[in-house]
Amino acid sequence: MYTNQTVIFKNKPVIIGSYSIVGPKEGKGNFGPYFNYVMKDDCFGEKTYEKAEKKMLESAIVGAMEDAKIQAKDVNLLLAGDLLNQIISSSYAARNFDFAFLGLFGACSTMAESMAVGASLVDAREFDTVICSTGSHFSTAERQFRFPLELGNQRPPTSQWTVTGAGACVISQEGKGPRITMATFGKVIDYGVSDVNNMGAAMAGAAMDTMLAHFRDTKTTPDDYDLIVTGDLGKLGSEILVDLMEDQGFKLGLNYNDCGQMYYTRNQNTLCGGSGCGCSATVFNSFIMKKLRDGEYRRVLFMPTGALMSTTAAQQGESIPGVCHALVLESDVGESDEKKKISANIKQPKQKQSNGSGKPVKNQNSAQKKNKSTK
Amino acid sequence: MDIKKRNEAYNKYVQAKIPKTKAWPSLFYSFLVGGIICCIGQGINDLILLWFPNMAEQTAWAYTLIVLIFIASFLTGIGVYDKIGKFAGGGSIVPITGFSNSITSPAIEFKHEGIIYGICVKMFTIAGPVIVVGIVSSIVVGLIYLII
Repeated sequence: MYTNQTVIFKNKPVIIGSYSIVGPKEGKGNFGPYFNYVMKDDCFGEKTYEKAEKKMLESAIVGAMEDAKIQAKDVNLLLAGDLLNQIISSSYAARNFDFAFLGLFGACSTMAESMAVGASLVDAREFDTVICSTGSHFSTAERQFRFPLELGNQRPPTSQWTVTGAGACVISQEGKGPRITMATFGKVIDYGVSDVNNMGAAMAGAAMDTMLAHFRDTKTTPDDYDLIVTGDLGKLGSEILVDLMEDQGFKLGLNYNDCGQMYYTRNQNTLCGGSGCGCSATVFNSFIMKKLRDGEYRRVLFMPTGALMSTTAAQQGESIPGVCHALVLESDVGESDEKKKISANIKQPKQKQSNGSGKPVKNQNSAQKKNKSTK
Repeated sequence: MDIKKRNEAYNKYVQAKIPKTKAWPSLFYSFLVGGIICCIGQGINDLILLWFPNMAEQTAWAYTLIVLIFIASFLTGIGVYDKIGKFAGGGSIVPITGFSNSITSPAIEFKHEGIIYGICVKMFTIAGPVIVVGIVSSIVVGLIYLII
């Protein structure tokens, strides 16, 4: 007995602009060259780290609007969230903008949550343009969830490093850019992990559940995607996810990776990798968006994961529930791609979908014909 | 319960997969750094006694502790102590310098929330339990001493 969790967008909302801003440590990481802006210091010219986080979000939103070449009056709605109590960074950032605001909390999965909600609203023609944004800051997250920065303690080997960074993207009905074709909303899944320093293991179950739901609802397999990327499971969590999916009969191959695992270089001492809202948000709005715009990736399954944890609940002995939302993004480079609907369930032999120049590959022509005939 | 069984199996699987901390190198570094801190303390004590030959030994101990606490607080303030702690683990937590660090670091962290609600309230968030345990155990020991 299954219920449908996936929305298949008829009008396919377009991501017309994106922007990412990160801290200095992140700038030295593996995605360094892809970010729009790397801050010179963690404080970003503000007195406190909370204010810095708010300013990062503001910059990301403004940057995304500039990238999309739109004005504030063109924007209908801002969807944003972050990790702090009462999502202060987002709401305080929204105070400076003259458009409607909807605050979301999905922990580290907020990027996908905001984009899925935003895309649904745009797809239904309720709004023309929405901005989705989220961010996190290492120092504010440490203070809220862990210990003071200067405390001389050791981090356990499973711990992850909260990314200092914010990302924003503009979703619109019309325009040029990658399209959002599907969204799978995830259930809250709890596998009984209560170690607050082992987020990867706590969230892997949720990632598996959403992934299974997505493949089931859309009748796709991992091979249908050029890239399947989870948010911040980290090294341990992504290994667990591969194992869990194998138990369920899905082989996650070379096209699977995790933003958190890829984020930092080996020498940056982040143990299991990056985490936080900013992790998936900055990777998506820089690296993945660029690859989609270039047509290097044709279809990406983007699924940030979030650990819905609070220190109070953890201290009261509760285990950590996880949530994961999935989005399918398709590149607009090459006409054939738009017409190749996976919802029509055409099984094709796996082939190299991009031949460098972004031209359609032979086999896809026949796919189009089939598609037309089914209409 | 089915879910309970699933969770138990999952947790067992996760426990087996977790990367383990290497015990011997960790122990070596913590004893090394802890030993160095103790040597510094002894050195300070000896110097105090050398400069003030008439001072009682117990007074010298008190001054030694004050100097150590100051050094650790200072190192915390300039952002060095957490780097030592990352490397040494228990070696820099157990001596009194670790205690000093655990009070100074929240004070720095929460200074933006104001003197009363920030520094004063949050100062003992980490060291508080240690103080409580210390006082309670001293009461227990005192009672035992009284009865004997």
